[in-house]
Amino acid sequence: MTAVDDRATAASSADGGPRMEVGNARRRKEDAHLLTGRTTWTDNMTLPGMLHLAILRSPMAHAKITRIDASEAKSRPGVIAVFTGQDFAETQGDIPCAWPVTADMVNPGHPSLAVTQVNHVGEAVAVIVARDKAAAQDALEAVDIDYEQLPAVLDMEAALAEGADLVHPNTTSNKSYTWVFESGAAGTGQPIDDVLNAAEVTLKRRFIQQRLIPAFMEPRSTVVQPVGEGFTMWSSTQVPHILRTMLALTVGVPEHKVRVIAPDVGGGFGGKLQVTPEEVICALVARKLGKSVKYTESRSESVMSAHHGRDQIQDITITARRDGTVTGLDVHLLANMGAYLRLVSPGIPVLGAFMFNSIYKFDAYRFTCDGVFTTKTPTDAYRGAGRPEATFAIERIMDELAAELDMDPMELRRKNWIRHEEFPFTTVSGMTYDSGNYEAATDKALSLLGWDELIAEQARRRASKDPVQLGLGISTFTEMCGLAPSRVLGALSYVAGGWENAAIRVLATGKVEVITGVSGHGQGHETAWSQIVADQLGVPFEDIEVIHGDTQSAPKGMDTYGSRSLVVGGIAVVKAAEKVVEKARAIAAHMLEANPDDLDFAGGNFSVKGSPGNSKSIQDVAFATFTAHDLPDGIEPSIDSDATFDPANFSFPHGTHLCAIEVDTETGRATIRKYVCVDDIGEVINPLIVEGQVHGGLAQGIAQALYEEAVYDAEGNLTTGSFVDYLVPSAADLPSFITDRTVSASTTNPLGVKGVGEAGTIASTPAVVNAVVNALRPYGVNDIQMPCTPERIWRALSEGAEKSSPAAAGTVAHGGASTSSSDGSDAAEGGRL
Amino acid sequence: MTQVSVTVDGVVYTDEVEARTLLVHYLRERLGKVGTVVGCDTSNCGSCTVLLGGMSVKSCSVLAVQANGSEVTTIEGLAAADGTLHPVQQAFYDSHALQCGFCTPGMVMASCDLLAENPNPSEQEVREGIEGNLCRCTGYQNIVKAIQAAGRAMSGTATSSTATSNTEAVRA
Ligand code: FES
Ligand code: FES
Repeated sequence: MTAVDDRATAASSADGGPRMEVGNARRRKEDAHLLTGRTTWTDNMTLPGMLHLAILRSPMAHAKITRIDASEAKSRPGVIAVFTGQDFAETQGDIPCAWPVTADMVNPGHPSLAVTQVNHVGEAVAVIVARDKAAAQDALEAVDIDYEQLPAVLDMEAALAEGADLVHPNTTSNKSYTWVFESGAAGTGQPIDDVLNAAEVTLKRRFIQQRLIPAFMEPRSTVVQPVGEGFTMWSSTQVPHILRTMLALTVGVPEHKVRVIAPDVGGGFGGKLQVTPEEVICALVARKLGKSVKYTESRSESVMSAHHGRDQIQDITITARRDGTVTGLDVHLLANMGAYLRLVSPGIPVLGAFMFNSIYKFDAYRFTCDGVFTTKTPTDAYRGAGRPEATFAIERIMDELAAELDMDPMELRRKNWIRHEEFPFTTVSGMTYDSGNYEAATDKALSLLGWDELIAEQARRRASKDPVQLGLGISTFTEMCGLAPSRVLGALSYVAGGWENAAIRVLATGKVEVITGVSGHGQGHETAWSQIVADQLGVPFEDIEVIHGDTQSAPKGMDTYGSRSLVVGGIAVVKAAEKVVEKARAIAAHMLEANPDDLDFAGGNFSVKGSPGNSKSIQDVAFATFTAHDLPDGIEPSIDSDATFDPANFSFPHGTHLCAIEVDTETGRATIRKYVCVDDIGEVINPLIVEGQVHGGLAQGIAQALYEEAVYDAEGNLTTGSFVDYLVPSAADLPSFITDRTVSASTTNPLGVKGVGEAGTIASTPAVVNAVVNALRPYGVNDIQMPCTPERIWRALSEGAEKSSPAAAGTVAHGGASTSSSDGSDAAEGGRL
Repeated sequence: MTQVSVTVDGVVYTDEVEARTLLVHYLRERLGKVGTVVGCDTSNCGSCTVLLGGMSVKSCSVLAVQANGSEVTTIEGLAAADGTLHPVQQAFYDSHALQCGFCTPGMVMASCDLLAENPNPSEQEVREGIEGNLCRCTGYQNIVKAIQAAGRAMSGTATSSTATSNTEAVRA
């Protein structure tokens, strides 16, 4: 990693000053307890007198509940109580939706326990409370429920058709909202219709974003302890602060009486960015019985009831001049909300609205998204949240346009992307990209892959009709992350801000506590924040403790998602440290009998300019502040500080990902031969952590391309209802990745950093699918629906062979060879290989 | 109820259990050995992996009564009594082979078994050897690296990069 090496040299400080922590591949502070099993997963908790819950879930996709008889269940051994939706109908409120994307958005309401009707398989209908978990689960079978089945609503286009069966009886259609952006109206570009009408070349494609399951490895778990008028909740969540506020509003307990703790949390990927029915149910039961309770889901429950991700039909129109200059982009999405709107469900596709145009210079752009109700599990955030969908569509259609124009796909991209001297650049969707260098990242990636040799090999294999063909796929991506400038969120009708908070306490002994409002669950914040503060205050890395994930000890924050922790939360830490230094400066000046303005602060020492021997360390100042025996008049005896930081802009990481894939044309099996990514995430705090984030992101993006899909049958049953059927890739399914970086420092924050958590996922999916399609294009194949399973590839090859040529310009090539169904349900019959 | 006697991490436990009790539930709920975790209900994820008589098993697919008279080693008993990490734990730390850490107990225990059988596995052998253990965070690359490094460390062929890492460990 040359970028790392450069950085390490820079970090050791040319002027002979102290070695900086930022840029070091520090091993993680988080690891010791995780490696030795001294963990605090929520399910590890036991409280005095704690009761255990089991949740009965709907076996029906869509049905009225006509009768529930829980009397037998109540009499089972060890069972304390049984509650149904009727018991909580007046108190449970609705699961909150914090993102009413349009003024007329339809939100039918979302009870935690179904009262009169169930709208997806796995919806909670009753809860058993027992003295141990086994007793609770044993009693589930004794609850007697009569359902009156309603027709399942599965296909989004059918759901929107006139006369369609309604998911919710209190609505008049299955459409929740239509959200539109148009560059002419927004003043960010030309009117789209003018550009579409004047087009020399028009290409339309339909792409399917299959439904995915976040599949965090730790199943969700919640413990609630009633405390006075309120309660304390431990939950496996990414968002303790949001959860606290929302729980208070939902169950009607004053916010200051609710404490939420996210202890060790085993991954989230957006899947734990939620206020869940299970959390609300635990709070209701604990309060009703005045006893502590615990609920931990099984994996099978998790895949049915924790929210899913993606699930869009994308109709994309791109126009260009014959020389390859792109002109217009028209995007129409159908976004599957599933049965209900959860915390940010409606906003997820809208987060992609600003990214379809990506790194390319379009004259005009339109984005239209219809949110659609179906009788499937609700969708919400999943790693990338809106941006993977956008990146996939634009990177796929750029390849299709290149094929249409008979141009090299990289040449087409180079011709249209923002050149590095053009930054800052305001795009046709109104985003201002602060920095980037697409040329540099691309050149580095091409050479790391050995592009020219592989192209030559591809030609040889094509010429010799080798049964194993080689495909090369490109994804030159950018994304917007670091959620988010509060003003922008306001303009998008989100109900909260996007700021982040941090506080720093310098203790009497000179040790430092950093309190952060972000809530890590694998990202390594404790290590990275320690590195930042070590440099800012000049204290040893080991002397810093990072406190997070408890609304009592870290009371203010917006939590962790959207690659925001460093670029918003980390900057709040910097701002708090700057305040600490300024407060300490006044006291140090008094101690040194100097003017504050005459002090330098470096390496943790205040020294009088020109006489470096005359100095006080920040620890000296902290102790003097603690004793407070001799402070300047009128100065408070504290150098502790906090800061709340609201970013001025999003962060725009970018990069070039290249995939070489071998496709066996006889079996349809696709095997990644080499995967190279060069990411530009600006400056790096810890290259070890960054690389880990990239690896994990790549794995999830590649999994979307090749392996994963949540499949429903015609009755609305989730047929991929466990890890037997939902194919989370193992080590044997993935290659080693070649990763590198370029550094275009962000100009919008003092560390020059950009987000990294989602980049790998966002970029990799189209690189892989483009590679598969590239391998098969000579066979008349111009699309494979994800996941590109051996069966789908094999079928596409068989069908492609019968077609004479790829789709012609101006024709509607609906998804190519294998998109027989718009919602992916064809795979139910096809099965998984 | 059936009586079982099991040695777990060097301590002998004798308990009455229901015949249906899974080893993992016995470990977690009766013995408080919550370092071993449950990630699925279909024996797919490997989070619950422990050593039973020195061989790795998914403790969700073994009944407690089947462990009667056996020795079980969990993640909690792997480090030396003085706290020195087992070479596999150390290698996971050095190679940043964990993020959220939920898969880690199972992954580490499975790796111990893998290295006992094959002290110097190739990348492909490692990838196939840990196929039964899912990790959602790391993309496996650093786990593979860690297992190979641990293999070298345990067979006394540690490379200079491991030596550097150990220096780092002392500092950290
Ligand atoms: S808990 Fe998943 S394999 Fe045992
Ligand atoms: S580190 Fe999170 S699942 Fe492996």
